[in-house]
Amino acid sequence: MKIKHNKNFTAGAVITAFMLTVILIGMVWTPYDPNAMSGKEKMLSPCLAHPLGTDNFGRDILSRVVEGAGATFIIAAATVAIGLVAGLVIGGLTGYYGGWLDEVVMRFNDAIAAFPSILLALVLIALFGSGKYNIILALGLLFIPSFARVVRAEVARQKSLDYVAGAKLMGAGDMRILFLHILPNIVPVLLPSVAIGFNNAVLAEASMSYLSVGVQPPDASLGRMLNEAQGYLLTAPWYALSTGVAIILLVLGFGLLSEGMGGKYGAA
Amino acid sequence: MLITLLLISLLAFLAFQIVPGDPTTKLLGSEYSPERAASLREEMGLDRNVLVRYVDWLTGFITGDLGVSYSYGMGVDQVMEGKGAVTAALSLLAWVLVIAISLPLGVALARWQGGRLDRACVAMNQVFMAIPPFFLGILFTYVFGLVLKLFVPGGFISPQQSFWGFLGYLTFPALAIAIPKAAMVTKLLRSSILNQMGEDYVRTAYSRGNSRWGVIRGHVLRNAILPVVTFVAMTLADIVAGSIIVEQVFALPGLGRLLLASIGNRDYPVVQCIVVIIAFIVVFMNYLADVVTQYIDPRVRLA
Repeated sequence: MKIKHNKNFTAGAVITAFMLTVILIGMVWTPYDPNAMSGKEKMLSPCLAHPLGTDNFGRDILSRVVEGAGATFIIAAATVAIGLVAGLVIGGLTGYYGGWLDEVVMRFNDAIAAFPSILLALVLIALFGSGKYNIILALGLLFIPSFARVVRAEVARQKSLDYVAGAKLMGAGDMRILFLHILPNIVPVLLPSVAIGFNNAVLAEASMSYLSVGVQPPDASLGRMLNEAQGYLLTAPWYALSTGVAIILLVLGFGLLSEGMGGKYGAA
Repeated sequence: MLITLLLISLLAFLAFQIVPGDPTTKLLGSEYSPERAASLREEMGLDRNVLVRYVDWLTGFITGDLGVSYSYGMGVDQVMEGKGAVTAALSLLAWVLVIAISLPLGVALARWQGGRLDRACVAMNQVFMAIPPFFLGILFTYVFGLVLKLFVPGGFISPQQSFWGFLGYLTFPALAIAIPKAAMVTKLLRSSILNQMGEDYVRTAYSRGNSRWGVIRGHVLRNAILPVVTFVAMTLADIVAGSIIVEQVFALPGLGRLLLASIGNRDYPVVQCIVVIIAFIVVFMNYLADVVTQYIDPRVRLA
């Protein structure tokens, strides 16, 4: 695997490692209970006891940002997992076998990919109803075409290479060739798309939750919190700021990583 | 192009037919009874074959009859009146801003590659691309609306009252949508120009005594702009989607808010209509990009 060790990659790795550490720690321990309200400590400015202050219910913002980043991360990861697995199967099979099914699936993919994903996600949410699991399902479905496209193109290229012919001569079955021989070889091409997909998923989740069709209160999610924070911009600007910066760091880290791996950012 | 459009409209239509739940339940509310529901279904034509209804809806859509909204009790075109204009104006303004920011900037960065401006912008580019438009919108609301008081957050002036006031209110939302996109386009244009700089024809142009600027302006730009044109056309779809969210941040009365309200109310005729209209914009822009590309580069033939 060729990874250019450059500034982008290093910076991305540092930011991502930082965010992941924070999220992992947040899963077992947060300074306060993220949902614990306190009538006496509403809208505190940042201070020693609450480094990022408290919100309108007296909840510790730092704890909520950590918890929310975790929720956003898990939703994004689940989304990418659905898109990736289904994309691998669909893209792998269509790329390997080709034929009319390939044509049909790819035309269908084109139609979906040409459409703004947020809008499609909203339509799916209109069909399924809102909520955490529906968001994962809706976004996961939407991410299938872009992964399928990358996988298909790469599988179609690899299948004409000599090692595949060699494996065929050895008597390997189609499935064995596809998943044991070709799959490991397309990983380097796939990794940048996974990073980009992850970013799109984070942004999509944040947007959906911001629009109140994603994660429902009282659960924290970065988009959800921005929605709440907007109402207190004048009195508590640090609330919106800390939440927004958390989103930017998550996206920036993976963006730089994918940039360092030679992916084309923003062209998913 | 037509086939794509038909496919999208068919999908949009079918998607809302398989939803569990019958619109009559909601329309009748507490007056619900199986008999009344059945007669209402007949009145609305819901008892007919799905394909018949699709053809009906499509012919209606093309001839300008957009159907009747479930929750507002009036035509979809009346519900959307004025809102479409807000979203269209916002999206177009954002799109123009993307082009106005990124074209000069991308060329300038490539012209002075490695210079101070170039290094600063390349470093900042990733950050700008990582900012979600709605967070940028919130930042603008805080900085320009609450602190600098350049506009009233949540305020709005309709174009009938004052066209320039209307544009003024759209400027910050449009910027919030445009900046992340402009960062992407700038980056694409810069790297597209720099890619071309290694070509043979560039060396020839240099050997004829052209300056770097002369080479870029006279020779490289025409070639380098091609992928950018396609990308810029594609961004309009994202911008329309982005404006749906940003309208929410700035409380602008556009299609985005109507769409969200309609999703909440399960008002499918409205949702369906907005989706198909946006699909139409997307497909049309792709077509336009092909035409423009062909105009710039006669080697490309329209399929």
